Amino acid sequence: MATSLAPHRSEVRVSATPDPRQRRRSRLRRRIADNALAYAFLAAGILCFAYFSWYPLVRGITLSFQQDNLITDPEWVGLTNYHHLFADPLFWTAWRNTAEFTGIALVLGYAVPLVIAVLLNELRHFKGFFRIAVYLPVMLPPIVCVMLWQYFYDPGQGLFNTLLRGAHLPTSQWVQSPHMAMISLVLVSTWANMGGATLMYLAALQSIPGDLYEAAELDGAGLWARLRHVTLPQMRFVMLVLLLLQIISTMQVFIEPFQLTGFTNPSTITVMTLIYRYAFAVNNDFGLAAAMSVLLFAVLAVFAACYLRLTRDSSDQG
Amino acid sequence: MTTTAPGLTPRTAAGSKARPASRRAPAPAPAPRSLISAQELARPRNRRVYYAVLTLTIVLFVAVFVFPLYWMASSALETPREFAAATPTLLPKSVHLSAYRDAWTQMDIAHFFLNTVYYAAGGWFIQMAVDVCAAYSLSRLRPVLGKFVFGAMLASLMLPAAALLVPLYLTVNDLPILHLNLLNTPWALWLPGAANAFNIYVLRRFFDQIPGDILDAAAIDGASRLQVLLRVVLPLSRPVLAVVSIFSVVGMWKDFLWPLLVLQDPDRQTLSVALHRLSTSTTQVPPTEMIAGLTIAAVPMIVLFLVFQRHILGGLSAGALKG
Repeated sequence: MATSLAPHRSEVRVSATPDPRQRRRSRLRRRIADNALAYAFLAAGILCFAYFSWYPLVRGITLSFQQDNLITDPEWVGLTNYHHLFADPLFWTAWRNTAEFTGIALVLGYAVPLVIAVLLNELRHFKGFFRIAVYLPVMLPPIVCVMLWQYFYDPGQGLFNTLLRGAHLPTSQWVQSPHMAMISLVLVSTWANMGGATLMYLAALQSIPGDLYEAAELDGAGLWARLRHVTLPQMRFVMLVLLLLQIISTMQVFIEPFQLTGFTNPSTITVMTLIYRYAFAVNNDFGLAAAMSVLLFAVLAVFAACYLRLTRDSSDQG
Repeated sequence: MTTTAPGLTPRTAAGSKARPASRRAPAPAPAPRSLISAQELARPRNRRVYYAVLTLTIVLFVAVFVFPLYWMASSALETPREFAAATPTLLPKSVHLSAYRDAWTQMDIAHFFLNTVYYAAGGWFIQMAVDVCAAYSLSRLRPVLGKFVFGAMLASLMLPAAALLVPLYLTVNDLPILHLNLLNTPWALWLPGAANAFNIYVLRRFFDQIPGDILDAAAIDGASRLQVLLRVVLPLSRPVLAVVSIFSVVGMWKDFLWPLLVLQDPDRQTLSVALHRLSTSTTQVPPTEMIAGLTIAAVPMIVLFLVFQRHILGGLSAGALKG
């Protein structure tokens, strides 16, 4: 380790000392001093991570076996929190809704960025405009996106129903309708978040070697054949990575149901809004909320492990 | 995904020589061709199809991505009565700045705006100070167990924010050992924000590529480690510092759930949280004022994006898939 350190002025002086024992001792001292200095630079970072990342991870797991409401002292209760969770009908509703949201988001939203990226990659004009436009919603504060759509969704004078009425089509109650509520949430979420995926697909498309298309063309492959046999296979890795990332992020959906339908509405309550409800809205049952968080973490860890495996394998090859 | 955005490698004269051989040079200009070749496109029939598709895409993008923002900015210029009318107007009949003025003063958006600026600026400074020092130490000073510490930091990237929310709240409510309560203070945003593994990862990668000769030369000239960092490393790292800074400021401006939990005192709330609170409060706020508030919250991000679009779009494609 110490050999990798840049020679420092004093070290040059040290190497001039003749006695080998003294030299070894001073080299050791130098190593300790170097490490102390390195850790001095690192200390604030380690403290921040210890307090706000590593410790909360442990605390979250222990908390799930405790009863803690910030008023009385925390008390060990074993698996009681988990029993309470499984007995709470809202728990199952929240998981079902979260799965539904994730599923609809995959159906409605997963292919859209890919299709748009393939299209944009072929357009030779206004490239800058397209990239900026698709990423604009990502830059906005999420609450702005969601509240903006709240106005669009308004059943009376909202933009969507006004447009539908203008086209003599049936209107919808949107977030207030039990059938459309979840789809409405997914639509906002997709609009607000698809820019990132689109740009990543675009970057991946641009790294596909042109020779592949040329070779396919010489073999007589038409547009669709090239798309199917060159573009898609080349994009497989990125598509898989973004699939996992999308599942991980949509399962943590919070702000859309929180703002649009409220965290008490059983038809759209999700895992995150239920955690919020347990811990911060109803009776400060932090143990129960922590147990729910541990379960969410366990589910997400499966997808995170796949993601890690995937990206690590590819970096070994690359 | 080994391509590197131009901004994310040090640009020094010696850089190209001293860079390890395994690293490929930055990818050359765009691929020679894509799915459709230039010759194919040149055929008259295909050209017509191309321009039709192009026009359609432009219309679609304007309608889906630009129009909602136009609607937001222009609705706030209408009078409440015009806004509520059954037939919406595309252009406000007459421009009224009163909604913006009332939002800024009566709704006190000015106060929350300044709060958010203060939190973002302070958070940016602390994040940079902590993460640059940590990355410098891990990259250049390489302490014993440094790799282990770095691994533990990176592991936190795999932790979903949602899973840590509750224990993190309790930690901030009563810091272990120190027994400080950070709730309703900016520190509740700043300190957890500094534990940002992505920043440390990106900065460390960049610092790793700075040729050692330059740093050695500075050290031999008698510069201390801190001086080397401030006078040599940081000036060379301007591109990566720009990217990391932009993402950190944008992240803090957009954050909602965490500030909602730790800043419950209405006076100290961020703009996002205040907008949510006002939208659900019992006192009716006129919709045009509310929308003016939304626009005010959005404008700094849009301006930032238009000014730094190359950094943002470039940094995104470089950093995102590295895991």
